[in-house]
Amino acid sequence: MKQAIQLDKVCKTYGKGHTAVQAVKNAILTVKEGDFLAVVGPSGSGKSTLMNLIGALDVPECGRILLEGLDISHMTESELAQTRGKTIGFVFQQFNLIQTLSAKENVMLPMLFQGYSAGERSDRAELVLKQVGLGHRMHHKPGELSGGEQQRVAIARALANDPKIILADEPTGNLDSKTGKDILKLLQDLNKKGKTIIIITHDQSIAKKAKKIVHIKDGVVK
Amino acid sequence: MIIDYFNLSFKNLRNRRTRSFLTILGIFIGIAAVVALISIGQGLESSVAEQFENLGKDKVIIQSKSLGPPGSASGQSLLLTTRDMEVVEKTKGVFGVVGIVFKTGVIKYRDELEIAFISGVDPRDDMRFEEVQAFKIEEGRFLKPDDKYKAVVGYGHVSGGLWEKPVDLGKKIEIEGVEFRVVGVLESTGNPYDDESVLISKEVMRDIMNLGEEETQLYAKVIQGEDPVEIAERIARELRRFRDEKEGEETFTVQTAEQLFESFQNILGILQAVLIGIAAISLLVGGIGIMNTMYTSVLERTREIGIMKSIGAKNSNILSIFLIEAGMLGLVGGLIGVAIGIGLGKMAQAIAYGALGSSLLQVSFPAWLIIGALVFSFVVGCVAGTLPAVRASRLKPVEALRYE
Repeated sequence: MKQAIQLDKVCKTYGKGHTAVQAVKNAILTVKEGDFLAVVGPSGSGKSTLMNLIGALDVPECGRILLEGLDISHMTESELAQTRGKTIGFVFQQFNLIQTLSAKENVMLPMLFQGYSAGERSDRAELVLKQVGLGHRMHHKPGELSGGEQQRVAIARALANDPKIILADEPTGNLDSKTGKDILKLLQDLNKKGKTIIIITHDQSIAKKAKKIVHIKDGVVK
Repeated sequence: MIIDYFNLSFKNLRNRRTRSFLTILGIFIGIAAVVALISIGQGLESSVAEQFENLGKDKVIIQSKSLGPPGSASGQSLLLTTRDMEVVEKTKGVFGVVGIVFKTGVIKYRDELEIAFISGVDPRDDMRFEEVQAFKIEEGRFLKPDDKYKAVVGYGHVSGGLWEKPVDLGKKIEIEGVEFRVVGVLESTGNPYDDESVLISKEVMRDIMNLGEEETQLYAKVIQGEDPVEIAERIARELRRFRDEKEGEETFTVQTAEQLFESFQNILGILQAVLIGIAAISLLVGGIGIMNTMYTSVLERTREIGIMKSIGAKNSNILSIFLIEAGMLGLVGGLIGVAIGIGLGKMAQAIAYGALGSSLLQVSFPAWLIIGALVFSFVVGCVAGTLPAVRASRLKPVEALRYE
């Protein structure tokens, strides 16, 4: 199987001098296409930094990161944005929807940045919203939706550009256990359809649903 | 693609209605002032141009520079007189010259009193006078050479408005206590001051008002085919010699109708530039308002910017979104400003009509003014939005996402 993500002795430090914190130390990690990986660690363990690096939101100080075989370690901000939009779908704990836009408009947004036409964006947004079970609530604003529904919109948005990888940071952290299970089920379904899923969590019970678990503690990936 | 960005920006502005409105207030006050001032200026210029057109391009106007009060020694010695008129008449290239005496005087009709311009003309010049001043008879006749206590009145005297009961042909009016019979009415000129004036014999006027040989204005008509500017210079030379004055120290001015119009245009231009300059300060303040609003907006939407970047927005995408938003603030301000400006211009026209009773001031709104105002307001918005938009586009996605 092809490699979706490869981290090769990656490190990242925040701050300078005495206050400098090495958030990720010599991380080595390989994620194959179609994997369902859980990254588990307590808060402050460096898992958010790891997610930022995998998600091309940040660049490492040393080592290299390959996304779909592409080295992103030395990309410019513009190239990073483009790669991020095309190959990765983000799902956040806080949902991170844009409050002024409807569910459908939120889903259409990533496609706008990839240059799709209005017609293509509209069709595709409706398709993925139906896929996550929100075909009937497309024109509602995030404020009018429940937490579970908002997270579904976020997942639909992550699917908009049909990326190979979905990166979910505590996707059930703000949901009740029943809704959380539904969202997890949705992610498992997507994995069955061939998406590579990476969940970052501190919750062991969620991690158990993954095919593979890696632990991170004090910046060290095990 | 760009239309989608406009859409996105529009939603954001609508979402913050009050703030957006307060921000564009600064722009639309400035734009409204500029549009109104320019339209009034344009209207003023074209109506004056029309008056000069009536006067004709082959005329040379000679008048005293004297600003001294009438009757004062300095004033008196500088006045033009009948002898100056003779000099002009003899100048080569001059077809004819007409001298007019203007004074304000008290007119009594029935039991009412009014102050109006009395023009003293030489009835023997009647044909030439008509030609020179472009006054046309509406009713009755012009003054005849042997007319003494006869008057020709402006259109304003018979149209109502000036007198409670309009003057009519054959009626008697009193000018400075002397009775005159109305023998003619002039066509309306559009200029209310002209329309309220009364023409009488210059000789009689000098007599009843105790004027010497003074002439307020001399109108010379140039022989056909001659250059009015050249003749004007020749007249000035002859008058300098006759009055024994040095070049550059003349106590009189000689201007062709066109030069007179140009000097009016210059004065109007300066006046407009000053007024528009003041209005431009409002636009500058409006621009600063947009900048302030955009900085606040960038700060408030830091997290949103982070989200957009995480789903693939490039720096240039973020820059466009914020620039267009700022530009829209300017443009919407401009649209409202243009509408208010047109309203103000029309209002000025209506007030002028009410006050002067004539349609002399016709404000105009040329396409370049409207389009220019809109483009300018959009540009003001964009320029003001540049720094905030650059700041927004340079935010680091990781830090922006963490922003609460």
